[in-house]
Amino acid sequence: MQHNENSITQFLTHINQNVSPAERVVSAVSGSGLIAYGLKQGGLFGAALSLLGGGLLYRGATGHCHVYDAAGITTADDRPSPSSRVHVKKSVTINKSPAELYQFWRNFENLPQFMTHLESVKTTGEKTSRWVAKAPLGASVEWDAEITSERENERIGWKSIEGSEIPNSGVVEFLPTSNRGTEVRVVLTYEPPAGYFGSLVARLFGEEPNQQVAEDLRRFKRLMESGTIMKTEGQPSGRSAKAKSAKA
Amino acid sequence: MKAVCWMGKHKVEVMDVPDPQIINDRDAIIKITGTAICGSDLHLYNGYIPSMMQGDILGHEFMGEVVETGKGVGNLKKGDRVVVPFTIACGKCFFCEREMYSVCDNSNPNAGGQETLYGFSGSGLFGFSHLMGGFAGGQAEYARVPFADVGPIKVPDSIPDEKVLFLSDIFPTGFMAANNCNIQEGDTVAIWGAGPVGQFAAKSAFMLGAERVVMIDHYQDRLDFAKANNENVETINFDDVDVYDKLKDITGGRGPDSCIDAVGLESHGTSVDALLDYAKAAVYLATDRPHALRQAIFCVRKGGTVSIPGAYGGFMDKFPIGAAFNKGLTFKMGQTHMQAYMPRLLTAIEEGKIDPSFVISHRLKLSEAPVAYDNFNTEKNQWRKVVLTPH
Repeated sequence: MQHNENSITQFLTHINQNVSPAERVVSAVSGSGLIAYGLKQGGLFGAALSLLGGGLLYRGATGHCHVYDAAGITTADDRPSPSSRVHVKKSVTINKSPAELYQFWRNFENLPQFMTHLESVKTTGEKTSRWVAKAPLGASVEWDAEITSERENERIGWKSIEGSEIPNSGVVEFLPTSNRGTEVRVVLTYEPPAGYFGSLVARLFGEEPNQQVAEDLRRFKRLMESGTIMKTEGQPSGRSAKAKSAKA
Repeated sequence: MKAVCWMGKHKVEVMDVPDPQIINDRDAIIKITGTAICGSDLHLYNGYIPSMMQGDILGHEFMGEVVETGKGVGNLKKGDRVVVPFTIACGKCFFCEREMYSVCDNSNPNAGGQETLYGFSGSGLFGFSHLMGGFAGGQAEYARVPFADVGPIKVPDSIPDEKVLFLSDIFPTGFMAANNCNIQEGDTVAIWGAGPVGQFAAKSAFMLGAERVVMIDHYQDRLDFAKANNENVETINFDDVDVYDKLKDITGGRGPDSCIDAVGLESHGTSVDALLDYAKAAVYLATDRPHALRQAIFCVRKGGTVSIPGAYGGFMDKFPIGAAFNKGLTFKMGQTHMQAYMPRLLTAIEEGKIDPSFVISHRLKLSEAPVAYDNFNTEKNQWRKVVLTPH
């Protein structure tokens, strides 16, 4: 809950809302127009228009419509406001057997090969591991994780242990197809902490966590299928510092 | 090393740049002995392809000698003479396993960008913009060849460069264009664009059993050249006659069984739609100018095939979907699945069935690339195909 807003905004946000944001904008704009037009017209007709405009403006500003209320209609989205929780679901199909992919992933020490934000993962026990992720400005963040569920060649679930700075969990499933390889389905959840540190973590997982996980899975596929992650960094171009025009 | 760099629209420059290095295990380094300028390089030269960066090394038709291999390349060794296909393919993904090499899943490092534009990404290509992977091209003294165990084809020392160089793109591209027409006995194939790909498509159409081949262009020298190379080729100069009327007339009112658009996104024409395309492309309302393609769709017989080897990159306007739908047409297109065709076409060359060097009009040094680009772009009658030698 925000506390630094002015009282009018607070008043408005506490009214029972049953009008969607887009509708509210339309109502407010057209309401204002009608008031102006009505005042300019004058007379009984003009007054009626202004009143109608006032109603629309109220509807737009408060998000509450008495007509909708009477009819039991709501177009407002009453879900809770999104928290800083990052929830990502992605899948990729890889031309390898579930067993080959499972074995590679189950050794968490392999993950930094395709998850670029990870610096390292060290196995610390049969089900436990220590993860180090790259943070901005050369810093790093660390946490311990444990495997919470696994079915050989099918599924691995893991979770950071209680009290981690960045609570996170993941599940990966390896689903066979008839003849298209294996569908790899990943669900990841991060809860970046509040404050400055939290904003660093948010940056760590990228502006677009969905895109980042999609690229991680693409790299996983490339590594598994072609044995390498194709790159162009380091190839020559006319942009390199040593490049210069060659005179024939 | 010396390399031909794209420096902006209508500007290429030969520059001294660092030598290429092995970057991935499955790379090889090739010392280039022959490289060519492709008509599609002119799309880059004329600024039609987005995501080019100043300093990009051009060129996707090249061959040479292996000088270094990564530890993941088992089938090539130092000294091998190879022709390199312009499509880069891993050989292991769903698409490569089904010989759809030009839509390889794993060879374009900028696949995310193409997904935004096209939904899914095609393979990486040499020297053809960052959307296509940003790979340094082969108009240079050396090149890094990724997935070198899948792409390059070894050629015997007994065949000169000029006979096999075009296995790198235009011969397989013309062949696939004809192959996509599913040619049957008695078929007439009409080809828009009498450039090198069109010439190879014509030869390939006859090789695959076409009864008649008709070539359409307005560069009379190119049409005469096609005729000189094969007297059975019929030609239409669209500056002189109406293409639809002529094609209908010479096929007894049926229309050609299949039509090949070997022109691509910079189609020239003088009709109203062509001029509108030009105006829209100039102000970025559309990127591709599909006059030839529209005409091909209009002219092909009912139930026929339109095969598109000419390159397209963006959006086209006024696509005649009504004609295509109501005539029940089949469309086949795409970057060439190079590796699927190279072995059998090398065999055809070795057996003397075809000598692809017939298309060459100019032989220059790599250092003369800027002049070559300029002339190839403006003097289309004489400048048909340019081969550059770097060493």
